[in-house]
Amino acid sequence: MAKQAVRATDGSRPGINDDIGEEKRLTMYRLQVEIRESEQRAFDLFLQNLVKGTSHLSLGQEAVAAGFAAAMKPGDLSFCTYRGHAHTLARGVPIEKVLGELMQRDNGLMRGKGGSMHLTSVEHGVMGSYAIIGAHLPIACGAALRAQYRGDGDVTVCFFGDGTTNIGAFHEALNFAAVWKLPVIFVCENNLYMEYTPIGDVTAVKHPAADRASAYGLEHIVIDGNDADVVYRAARSAYEKARAGGGPSLIECITYRFSGHSRADPAKYRPEGELEKWKERDPLKIYRERLRQFGVGEEVISDIDADVRRRVDEATEKCKAAPPPPAEILASDVYADGGFAWRN
Amino acid sequence: MAELTYRDAVARGIAQEMTRDPDVIFFGEDVAKAGGVFKTTVGLYEQFGEKRVRDCPISEQAILGAAMGAAMTGLKPIAEIMFSDFFAVCFDYIANEFPKSRYMSNGQLKCPLVVRTANGAGSRFGAQHSQSVENWAMMIPGLKVVAPSTPRDVIGLLAAAVRDPDPVIFFEHKSLYPTKGDVPDGEIVDSLGTARIVRPGKDATILALALMVPRALEAAERLSAAHGIDCEVVDVRSLVPLDTKTILGSVARTHRLFTVEENPRLCGWGAEIVSIVADEAFYELDGPPVRITTPHIPLPAADILEDMALPTAERIAERVRRSLQA
Repeated sequence: MAKQAVRATDGSRPGINDDIGEEKRLTMYRLQVEIRESEQRAFDLFLQNLVKGTSHLSLGQEAVAAGFAAAMKPGDLSFCTYRGHAHTLARGVPIEKVLGELMQRDNGLMRGKGGSMHLTSVEHGVMGSYAIIGAHLPIACGAALRAQYRGDGDVTVCFFGDGTTNIGAFHEALNFAAVWKLPVIFVCENNLYMEYTPIGDVTAVKHPAADRASAYGLEHIVIDGNDADVVYRAARSAYEKARAGGGPSLIECITYRFSGHSRADPAKYRPEGELEKWKERDPLKIYRERLRQFGVGEEVISDIDADVRRRVDEATEKCKAAPPPPAEILASDVYADGGFAWRN
Repeated sequence: MAELTYRDAVARGIAQEMTRDPDVIFFGEDVAKAGGVFKTTVGLYEQFGEKRVRDCPISEQAILGAAMGAAMTGLKPIAEIMFSDFFAVCFDYIANEFPKSRYMSNGQLKCPLVVRTANGAGSRFGAQHSQSVENWAMMIPGLKVVAPSTPRDVIGLLAAAVRDPDPVIFFEHKSLYPTKGDVPDGEIVDSLGTARIVRPGKDATILALALMVPRALEAAERLSAAHGIDCEVVDVRSLVPLDTKTILGSVARTHRLFTVEENPRLCGWGAEIVSIVADEAFYELDGPPVRITTPHIPLPAADILEDMALPTAERIAERVRRSLQA
């Protein structure tokens, strides 16, 4: 078989233009499977009434989280939205900690005090998940300002959805970051729907993030958000630029969420056949094919799949057995003294 | 000891903390090269340079968000919001982000920052540049709220705010900027959560904040001279933490309570204090507690109308006399 016959969808070929390498690819594959399985488990647990409150899944959007995480260095910081399970898991936060928080157990990442929309793990560089649209873009600027001021060398990434591009904080943050040349990367996960409304119905431009970039002197970047290699290359380039003092980047990743906006949304507003069409471009399907094209054996792939499933099962059982948070943490950590006293 | 204006005390306070700690940075609109629209930060840019004293675009959300991001990753930012009324355009940070990150993250995140802002009436700027909004901040769990009335307190409480590990909203009063007071030489560091008895008295306790403190003091002098009524005036200084010990102790001595509040009446800070006193010192009281406030109105621009709205020394004195001589 001629080499051209195994050309990958991103244009690279085995042995040629392979700037990523097998180790990195296996890492990205594992991350995507871990996110897929954990999110699917979160959905199943919701149906069993074991995940309470709300949850916003990244099913179908795994490649963005995996591609960026693979380009990060230890010490780099991530800011996420309420759709942040994927980015939290991608930084190496244990599945049990994430599922435990979704299940509102004492073993959760924040012992049930934050919930699904606020996953935070400072030790992994996850500086919080923010549930007020746009709020974290300026906050990410501040983290990057600190890195620039101190010369710390780390880069901050800020993930958000297409809906965020129509709120004021998005524009304030982009201008701020551009004016001060901050080492921050803004990543728009354009999954085509703000919540229940198609983003195109409520946005003046075709590409909600990238078409605004020129207003802040930034490059117009739109990429295939379902191909982890493509995401990784764009991320790597943005990290290199930021680390070299080149300032911020804005990257629009086109992707699609397989589930509704939140657990309450069956997503009936989608045209017939749209989901099926996007499932043809399932990031995991694309990436399994990519691994095969680069000669990774089926048993390696199935071993990863089995290992992740086993770990998700184990995490689920641990969470089911974990107690609810104790009453004594109800009023803890309101202030830095650990308590909530507002008077003497 | 030197006489200093409240305005110059702001710059001295910031400079004291920036000199002490390289992690302290300062930014806001027109604060660096222009020295602030109220000229409160003159000289800081020249002294500390453009890396530490920065002019920002008119982007209040970006200013407060950036302060938070810098604070949670290790700096001690001081951010300026030009007028406290503008809190309304960046309230997400004040209400949802600064005060909740530590709690929601189960103690993982910190937010040691100070937001300075020019609060209050007297400049005839009308309803969107004159409000007293300290109660907007007071009602949010997780914030600390300070409002100095003298140049010395500006420096001391600002230092305490910068050194505090929690987010502090620091209300300067724009009508106090030209006022003068004695300030000791050298470093000044005060404590949050401490009220101060600025005039001891035995017949009634008058609680006041910021611009209302000098007015309450003037009222006390009038009451003493004209009616022989001896009022204790307490400068509350810090709404959160609230020094209830000093307040309850004063009420236990005078048995009468008056609050003088510039904020519009509903949910003003005095309402919370009256409720605490009613709950914990009811039997100490010889008469009903009285709140003297701005009416529940937006503020007018015309000087004659604005002066009618705010509590004056005359109105305070008359209200206290009427209660005590009833």
